[in-house]
Amino acid sequence: MPYQFSFEPIYDNWGILAEGVLTTLGLTLAGGALGLGLGVLGAVVRFRRTPVQYQIVTAYVEMVRNTPFLIQLYFIFFGLPSLGLRLAGWQASILAMALNLGAYSTEIIRAGLESLPRGLFEAAAALSLTPRQTLRLVLLKPALKNVWPSLCSQVIIVMLGSSVCSQLAVVELTSAASLLQARTFRAFELYLFATAVYLLLAVLIRFLLRRVGRRFIARGRP
Amino acid sequence: MIRFTFPDIVRGLVSGLFWTVGLSLIAFLGGGLAGFAILMARLSRNRIVSRAASLYIEFFQGAPLLMQLFLVFFGFSLLGFNISPLATAASVLTLYAGAYLGEIWRGSVESLPRGQWEAAESLALGRWAQLRLVILPQALRISIPPTVGFSVQLVKGTAVTSIIGFLEITKAGTMIANATYRPLMVYGLAALGYFLLCFPLSLAARRLERRFHAPADKR
Amino acid sequence: MPPLINADGIHKSFGGMEVLRGTTLRVDEGEVAAVIGRSGSGKSTLLRILNGLETCDAGFLSVDGERISGLERDLRRLRLKVGMVFQQFNLFPHLTAGENVMLAPRAVKRLSRPEAKSLAGEMLAGVGLADRFDAFPDQLSGGQQQRVAIARALAMRPRVLLCDEITSALDPELVGEVLEVVRKLAAAGMTLVLVTHEMRFAREVCDRLVFMHNGVVGEEGKPAELFSRPQTPELAAFIGQAGQGSAGR
Repeated sequence: MPYQFSFEPIYDNWGILAEGVLTTLGLTLAGGALGLGLGVLGAVVRFRRTPVQYQIVTAYVEMVRNTPFLIQLYFIFFGLPSLGLRLAGWQASILAMALNLGAYSTEIIRAGLESLPRGLFEAAAALSLTPRQTLRLVLLKPALKNVWPSLCSQVIIVMLGSSVCSQLAVVELTSAASLLQARTFRAFELYLFATAVYLLLAVLIRFLLRRVGRRFIARGRP
Repeated sequence: MIRFTFPDIVRGLVSGLFWTVGLSLIAFLGGGLAGFAILMARLSRNRIVSRAASLYIEFFQGAPLLMQLFLVFFGFSLLGFNISPLATAASVLTLYAGAYLGEIWRGSVESLPRGQWEAAESLALGRWAQLRLVILPQALRISIPPTVGFSVQLVKGTAVTSIIGFLEITKAGTMIANATYRPLMVYGLAALGYFLLCFPLSLAARRLERRFHAPADKR
Repeated sequence: MPPLINADGIHKSFGGMEVLRGTTLRVDEGEVAAVIGRSGSGKSTLLRILNGLETCDAGFLSVDGERISGLERDLRRLRLKVGMVFQQFNLFPHLTAGENVMLAPRAVKRLSRPEAKSLAGEMLAGVGLADRFDAFPDQLSGGQQQRVAIARALAMRPRVLLCDEITSALDPELVGEVLEVVRKLAAAGMTLVLVTHEMRFAREVCDRLVFMHNGVVGEEGKPAELFSRPQTPELAAFIGQAGQGSAGR
């Protein structure tokens, strides 16, 4: 007998799935905001080449960028308790997402800072601004504006990657689907649905971030 | 209960690492072929073919790798086939790598000045000959750094296959951590294993990037 | 009275290339000096040293009687007295014209927002752009951007304003409006040092012409005298060429 598709489990359990979607969005929002903040700090340190701090940030960036997110997640959730830091699944997820995004956005934002024309630095210096003021008031926004599309993509990559947070019993979208498939045996339909939702979330997040970018970073640009 | 010594742990992880490397190689080679097909489809003058290729790319870049693995794993069992974790992992990562490599290579082709196509066309070369003789040799050079860069992403991507039960280094780590109750050390060592694979590739990608771009970008 | 700017025996090399070889320049309060010369003669480098954007390898620099070292603190004090306008305007792209002018008074002089705003309004009015307070740089023409840059520098109330080829990046039809602003500043008694290729303007507006050649001051004096009786063949040749070059303006 050919397989009969049934999407009923999805209608019947929309509450759990909706909760999963909201959790995925929440993780992305928290991890995204923290990660971008970390990225700005990291980029400033890398850009100013302050000794010691520079080496620390460089090591952090390389460690994160050359190991899988899943291992970072396991290390934080399963490994850190033996150092006395016991985090709930959602806390570990947000921390791992923030650290991961922080490393990538450090490099993205640094590249943005380095691509700015020399003249901006000189104009700021000629106006007696301190290096710190120059970064904060003059360079940061144009740099962020230049690399905002890359940052948006990176946030979306982290959102998609959060599907492995299901391994820590965080009921985000993937684990909501997994819970239901164990109950209904409709794995394919549920994962197909979840995949479609991820694709939509990516579109949604890109749209929202673009608006955020236009509102706060690229003012006055038609 | 079996007692694990430090060398046992390392041995277990290294044998997992062996599969990580194997899976990465399979996916990279398979993905290279798939990527070339995708590149050709994207460059095709046939609208439908080119659109289909870009949908393919959007799907594999826009859906979580874990979902891709689940869909193939459960999709095959719907069709009545029992598919092994290795086969699932290899096929999904091949398709995944194909999407990324196809897109990277298309980017390289499109970064060539329009005039190169026109010059080739003016020599009365056919479309395939234009590609083979003029465009691809130049695009190849440009595409090497991002291709090497992608290999890092691919190696890291193989970690997710541990979730469907493929025994590579992350899965080995999970099993050893559960058996030894020493997750900090085990996952730390697993991370080190990935780092030893990926860091040289990252460095190579960066160095190639600098070598290829430095003369043109000098301001 | 000591000169406002006193640069003595300034040396500067870039990677083995000696750009300035003992240049001496003095500018008195209220004086308008134009520095002219071929590209590569060191005139822009000299100007950048006067504002601390480059540090000199050897020589003495004092502004308003204070000796300037290469230290960051000294440089910031120097720049409070010496404003600068650049060839490429260098407006901050994320800020409006008004905010560009307000930035340094707020950040450096700690003016309150209303104070800075009224100061910026006054400065923009001074360059004829009172109505473009809320425009972003990319909504302004090159000439307008350069006038905003002048207003931005003047808002710090510098003792002297350095202008580094401020019309060189402009379309010919926009040069006039910027020079007009400079002319007004000169008439109002502002101390100015201009690096410029606008010979006619230099001749009309400046009190003193400084001709640089091979990293030293080749000749200097009143513009009329220099133009009519150049003492060195280099200046004679330069004037000859420049005369042809700017004939259209």
